[in-house]
Amino acid sequence: MSMIGQVFVKGGKYKLKGNFHHLTPNMPIRNADDGWKLMGVTNPRDMTYIHMYGGEAPFFEALGEGKLLGTRCDNPDCEYKGTVYQPFRIHCADCLGKNTVIDMTETAKKKAIIHTFMVCERSGAFNLLDKPIKFINIEFEGVDTILMSYLSVGEPEIGKKVVPIFRTKNPTYTILDLSWVLEGTPKEELPEGFSF
Amino acid sequence: MIKFSKQQLKIPKLMRPVYLVTAGQSKFGRAIPEKRTEELCIDALTQASELIGMSPAELKSYIHSCYYGHFADHFGDQLLGEAVIHDRLGLDPLGNIGVKTGGATGGSTLWEAVKAVASGYSDCVLAMGWERMDEVPTDEGNFLISCAADKDWESPLGHIYTGYYAVMAQRYWQIFGKAEDSFRRTLAEIAVKHHGYARMNPYAQSPMKITVDDVINSPVVAYPLRALDCCLMSVGAACAIICDEKTAEEMTKDSPHKPLRIWVAAGSHTLRPADRRDMEIPLLPNENADQYKDLGKRFPGGDRYPGFTGFLGARMAAWYGYRMAGVKDPLEDLDLVELHDAFTISDVQTYEDIGIRPYGEGRDYVESGDCYHTNPKTGKPGKLPSNISGGLIGCMHAVGATGIMQTFEVATHIWNRWAEIHGDDKRWKEFGRKKPKDWTDLQVKGAKRGMAISHAGVGSHVTSTILMDPDHLL
Ligand SMILES: [Zn+2]
Repeated sequence: MSMIGQVFVKGGKYKLKGNFHHLTPNMPIRNADDGWKLMGVTNPRDMTYIHMYGGEAPFFEALGEGKLLGTRCDNPDCEYKGTVYQPFRIHCADCLGKNTVIDMTETAKKKAIIHTFMVCERSGAFNLLDKPIKFINIEFEGVDTILMSYLSVGEPEIGKKVVPIFRTKNPTYTILDLSWVLEGTPKEELPEGFSF
Repeated sequence: MIKFSKQQLKIPKLMRPVYLVTAGQSKFGRAIPEKRTEELCIDALTQASELIGMSPAELKSYIHSCYYGHFADHFGDQLLGEAVIHDRLGLDPLGNIGVKTGGATGGSTLWEAVKAVASGYSDCVLAMGWERMDEVPTDEGNFLISCAADKDWESPLGHIYTGYYAVMAQRYWQIFGKAEDSFRRTLAEIAVKHHGYARMNPYAQSPMKITVDDVINSPVVAYPLRALDCCLMSVGAACAIICDEKTAEEMTKDSPHKPLRIWVAAGSHTLRPADRRDMEIPLLPNENADQYKDLGKRFPGGDRYPGFTGFLGARMAAWYGYRMAGVKDPLEDLDLVELHDAFTISDVQTYEDIGIRPYGEGRDYVESGDCYHTNPKTGKPGKLPSNISGGLIGCMHAVGATGIMQTFEVATHIWNRWAEIHGDDKRWKEFGRKKPKDWTDLQVKGAKRGMAISHAGVGSHVTSTILMDPDHLL
């Protein structure tokens, strides 16, 4: 078994270890209705991308530590100074100034409601979530935007209060480390690896 | 907060009149294993030449620059696919460029083509769009489509675009639809209508004679949306030839139809619906601010604009487009429309965004019968028929070609050639499709003006393409 491709950064350079792609032979595609004549070929490919979070990296690191970070424009010259962004936005959409990172875990725990939701029975390839997926969009008091995420416990309903949970055990360092449950959900019902 | 500056609200202006001279399209299907993409593009261009009584070579001799709409490179696994098509069409060494704006790619391609002619850079250009979505299994196709959402914040959530879209549908369903069974049936009626019109269209991929109950009993994709509420995944190509006045006249001197005036305008909004912020409703010429004062009272929760219920991109495409072309009231000034019915519910949302009905009242466009070729309530012609092609639900959604297919469909009505193009027995046979015994001529009688709305994803890009008979301008 080959080693999964891994990367770290040192001296501003990517240091790679392991296999980043796997060779699989192509196969002919033939026409069963016409004497099995050749029509095409399969092109298998399995690649690993190297993706940087840049200025959003603190947000994804914080999820695994049980914190929800957002940002706020504190630029005194901005017409809309004080705008709070969740999704975490590195620069203010209005003045393009660099936003201040804020910890909004407490706001999320106390003042988050479902703005809208969707229960989705299907998924695309490479999906890691259990189906049906309960998409929810979360409205926070004092925040100008509405975050998309998923509900792990409970049935979604517009206006219902939700609280965040975090994958603090073996985090994936992706947006999947953040999930939500209906307010009042006991600790024992949280999915494996998640905590309040 | 979005507030417009004076400069941003400038009415777009074309430096000279621009015309749609001819157009064409290939067959559309879920899979077309027997043809390469370039063969489909050649089919489309060949039809465009035939419609004005020219050979493909003759038509090509007029083309000066080319605009290619193809959204998803990763579906076709070919970068610079535009160069492949351009070469196979034998158009080297003319300048060409690729355009990609998701579901709006077709409309955006026309936008670029029209501007190239309006500026004087070219007198005749080709706008060609295509998509090939049959080169991966469906679940991988869904994965690839989900890459059109934000890859860190949304795509990992199930890799299913329908989910990102459907949260908006849910909000609309509950706030403006009030989660009423009657509204659910209205949505189903749209699917019945579009699959039904597709039966009369030999190019269409999903002709079906179905009932409202069939739609309501089809498998749930994302409640309340069901399989028959959703658009298709397709393979196919469509093209349009755009010219200045002098060239347009010359090219159509032996043609059964005249060139049509064309305008295209565009709008946009955040890729992540999550980033939408509140603002005032930009008003269309047929609206006033007072009519929305009590929107939140009539529809509790509906006062947030655009919130998750309106498409600001579509609103702005209409805002610019109507003023550019002189449209005061789409219901009165236009004779037919082709809308981006990605889902039945987004069709309704679009009625409001483009001012066919005010915000909150979109369903009435269907319930009144205005949206039909023949109003089922009165038996008389519908006031503003929509999606006679079958739309994205019944005809196709070969992404890069969709906006051009819609424009072609509108043009066939204004040219009064709908029956000739859609009823030809030879074409049905060539496509291996059976012309129904009850095939009906859906020509919109006396059509002089129409519009096509091309729309990307959750509303990131939207274009409005307006066509008019040059002898019936507003
Ligand atoms: Zn700012």
